Amino acid sequence: MSKLPEMISKHEEAIRADWLKTMSAATRRSDLMSSEEMKAQSQELLAAIANGTKSGEITNLDGPAWNAVRELLTAISASRAKQGFTTSETATFVLSLKQPVFNVIRKELAATPDAMFEEIWKATHLLDKLALLTADAFQDTREKFIARQQEELMELSTPVVKLWDGILALPIIGTLDSARTQVVMESLLQAVVQTNSRFAIIDITGVPTVDTLVAQHLLKTITAARLMGAECIISGVRPQIAQTIVHLGIDLAGVITKAKLADAFALALQRTGKSVISTDGGNTKKTLFKKEG
Amino acid sequence: MERIPILRMGQFLLVTIQVDMHDRLALQLQDDLTEKISEWSSRGVLIDISTLEIVDSFIGRMLANIAAMARVLDAETVVVGMQPAVAITLVELGMSLTGVRTALNVETGMELLYELRGDFHSEMGG
Repeated sequence: MSKLPEMISKHEEAIRADWLKTMSAATRRSDLMSSEEMKAQSQELLAAIANGTKSGEITNLDGPAWNAVRELLTAISASRAKQGFTTSETATFVLSLKQPVFNVIRKELAATPDAMFEEIWKATHLLDKLALLTADAFQDTREKFIARQQEELMELSTPVVKLWDGILALPIIGTLDSARTQVVMESLLQAVVQTNSRFAIIDITGVPTVDTLVAQHLLKTITAARLMGAECIISGVRPQIAQTIVHLGIDLAGVITKAKLADAFALALQRTGKSVISTDGGNTKKTLFKKEG
Repeated sequence: MERIPILRMGQFLLVTIQVDMHDRLALQLQDDLTEKISEWSSRGVLIDISTLEIVDSFIGRMLANIAAMARVLDAETVVVGMQPAVAITLVELGMSLTGVRTALNVETGMELLYELRGDFHSEMGG
């Protein structure tokens, strides 16, 4: 039977004081966290650890006895991830508990080196696991944060713009993957219905590369729009991309492609029976759109 | 038995699908439509599916079939008012309905039909 629980309970005060001292020397970030908050957190955590060790399961942290510790650590690392601590700073919070605990063990078992070694090993094992748990929780919070940002970015990056009555433009910025194609397709089709547009210009100036997958996604969007009665024009095809499309053998037959958004817009205007004329016989640069007939 | 009404508008036929399309109804429509096209020598068929919310591959194929049959009977088919979700579903099912003409709503659909008929006359004249 390990003496660790007993020792931790007995010297809880001393360990905590020692721990706070170690932390303030090593990783104290007064710019991110107040010392009162730090004190409260460490007191709570140490009490929970002392409680957990009493269950006797010192090496297995999956049991119900450690629930409180796990929850506490998860909450602490989540809040630290938001406060801007680094991974090592967060892990060190737990790891810096080692020295105070070892000091206590040394004091208690100085007479029996074998027993001392045994207890130190157990304590190391326990604290390492707790540190790993902290790091995991920290990572998890960060990853959720990144996932949320990606989601926001995806929504931001697919605007549908109305250029004229019955003409929409969809400038795509960034790589088209399956998830984004879905968003692009849905927002485009929704906009077609809402604005009653006969033409949709998909501008791919901002798409860095076009491979077979991207082309397939584009064709799907175009087919869906056609089914609804809207015609799509692809614009912003850079020379490099035109070469890639031909080299890959992508069949864009039946799809109108234009080099510039302006060319696509002019075509759409022409097809909807509108033309651009100069109001002053070409003397000024002012132009006006006028419906023919 | 439940039937989808087929309305005659001059030389065009107007079909508005306002109920859930089940397979037998679709086959019935196919029968009725071909019958009416030949009876009234219609030049065009306009199918409004703006209230259709669910499609499967069978309905998709039926639309393509109707268009092909009408073509054989010398009538153009225009499908109008397809919902975004329906369009996405059909594309995901791999049905691009290549032979079917489409329009946003009944109004543009009728315009398209008149346009197609105009082409037909000019072909005959020239």
